[in-house]
Amino acid sequence: MKKLVIMMSLALVIGACGNKKEQKDAGSETVMLTGSISIDGSSTVFPVTEAVAEEFRAVQPNVKVTIGVSGTGGGFQKFSRGETNISNASRPIKDKEIEACAENNITYLGLEVAYDGLAVVVNPGNTWVDSFTVEELKKIWEPAAQGKIMKWNQIRPEWPNEEIHLYGPGTASGTFDYFTEAINGKSGSSRGDYTASEDDHVLVQGISGDKYGLGFFGLAYFEESKDKLKLIGVHNGKEVVLPTLETVGNGTYSPLSRPLFVYVNSSSMKHPEVIEFVNFYLDNAGELSEDVGYISLPAELYAKQKENFKAFVEKNK
Amino acid sequence: MNSIQKNRLKDQLFKFWGIACTLIGLVLLVIFIGGILVDGLSRIDWAFITDLPSRKPEKSGIWTPLMGSIWILVLTAIISFPISVAAGVYLEEYAKKNRLSALLEINISNLAGVPSIIYGLLGLEVFVRIMNLGASVLAGALTLSLLILPIIIVATREAIKAVPSSIRDASYALGASKWQTIWNQILPASSGGILTGIILALSRAVGETAPLIVVGALAYVPFAPQGPLDQFSVLPIQIFNWISRPQQGFIDNAAAAIIILLLITFIMNGIAVYFRNKWQKKLQ
Repeated sequence: MKKLVIMMSLALVIGACGNKKEQKDAGSETVMLTGSISIDGSSTVFPVTEAVAEEFRAVQPNVKVTIGVSGTGGGFQKFSRGETNISNASRPIKDKEIEACAENNITYLGLEVAYDGLAVVVNPGNTWVDSFTVEELKKIWEPAAQGKIMKWNQIRPEWPNEEIHLYGPGTASGTFDYFTEAINGKSGSSRGDYTASEDDHVLVQGISGDKYGLGFFGLAYFEESKDKLKLIGVHNGKEVVLPTLETVGNGTYSPLSRPLFVYVNSSSMKHPEVIEFVNFYLDNAGELSEDVGYISLPAELYAKQKENFKAFVEKNK
Repeated sequence: MNSIQKNRLKDQLFKFWGIACTLIGLVLLVIFIGGILVDGLSRIDWAFITDLPSRKPEKSGIWTPLMGSIWILVLTAIISFPISVAAGVYLEEYAKKNRLSALLEINISNLAGVPSIIYGLLGLEVFVRIMNLGASVLAGALTLSLLILPIIIVATREAIKAVPSSIRDASYALGASKWQTIWNQILPASSGGILTGIILALSRAVGETAPLIVVGALAYVPFAPQGPLDQFSVLPIQIFNWISRPQQGFIDNAAAAIIILLLITFIMNGIAVYFRNKWQKKLQ
């Protein structure tokens, strides 16, 4: 890990030296940019974009960046009408949304900006569970489990003959969509007889006070309440993996880690402030996403996205 | 136990039942406000009022949503006041008692019960898209004006009804026309009640979130609105946004913002009570 840090900082220093000339040139011709950038979409991605916008303001104080939280779907609806420059999304764009964009002649580029892990947690008083397999999670959460899988020993016979109490995000949340897709195979298909809340703090509170509770939510919420909950590893097909910065970042915490996206409208590439903002986003998303509780992509992935974006800019100039 | 004792006992029981019912609401409110104060009071300082939103809870402030809320409040008042008072005066003074006015009355009472998000959808379609105002302060204020129109209309009618008919009769007896009577006698006499209605309606509007989210109010706006066509955020949206963040610091920020929002509504309700008392004295 240390080595990696040293190498990365070295690379940064070298990179910075190499760029110096270019930057100066760029600085002399591009003065302060003005204009406005309108962003909407997922409330999960919001903290990352907000952090980027906040830092961007220090560099380009005259560019007005505004961010809404209509949700991933609501954001794409506006995006496909051409009402926003950038759309935050906690899942890839859906076929229907792609069609809507095509109808209005809107082309776009999707960029991954960070990872989010879903934590599966139980009460600290739960001494019997040390891991779940995806099949077990499916057995608990699939629609057919409703009213049938009600006790812990139905999952593994050696577990206690006690009722299992389930906690999860409500159906309107992107976390719910993602979990159901990863575990049950279809986005939105889940049993309905569980304690649902759009507010993850309520889930934390519920599980921390319920010895027989089990639930899932964003990893950042677990990090904030570590002492009140017990994190459970998930079997990824090879081994049991606990979600951490490292396992989510390198993809071994599978299938419950997901990428977060921003989508950029191609017609915005005529506006230098949007290009500048997206480049700034990709340069800083790694550090800023960890600031707000998410996990950064590997450095080479950011570099690759920057290349993709550069090509996209050239094509749409 | 004879029947008199029985009845007295019943009376006592009902009294304590009534006290308990009254206390339930009050105690819950005290617990809620107490919790909010404990979480949020230490967070409030001048910087919290004047700072922009930030990813760091301790550096975040409520300047832009606070300004957005004030803009919305003022514009909503300017828009809704003349329309709803004129409608109230028409219904009370001019409308004949026929089927049309009965229909109008039923519809206005119904409008008061429509869920606020429906007004948001209406605002999105009519103001944001058809009138092409965009997700602006003006579109938000127009939407909230629709939302509170029925409340003010009803309050205006009640206030006008409460004006003693002797005032009206005296005005007519002195040869005043209908318009002169309304403008010089009825409206001044009922102004306290009308103002109370408007202020109570506005303090409902300042707490609304759902319709404004639909209209397109934003969660991150690093500048206060400069004009009615600027984009905006409002306090309830900022609170909602902070509540849903994992970090404890943001939860405290939300509590602090709730205190500010409560303060605004308390002050407005205080003004309403003041006007009501003044008006009552005047009539006596």
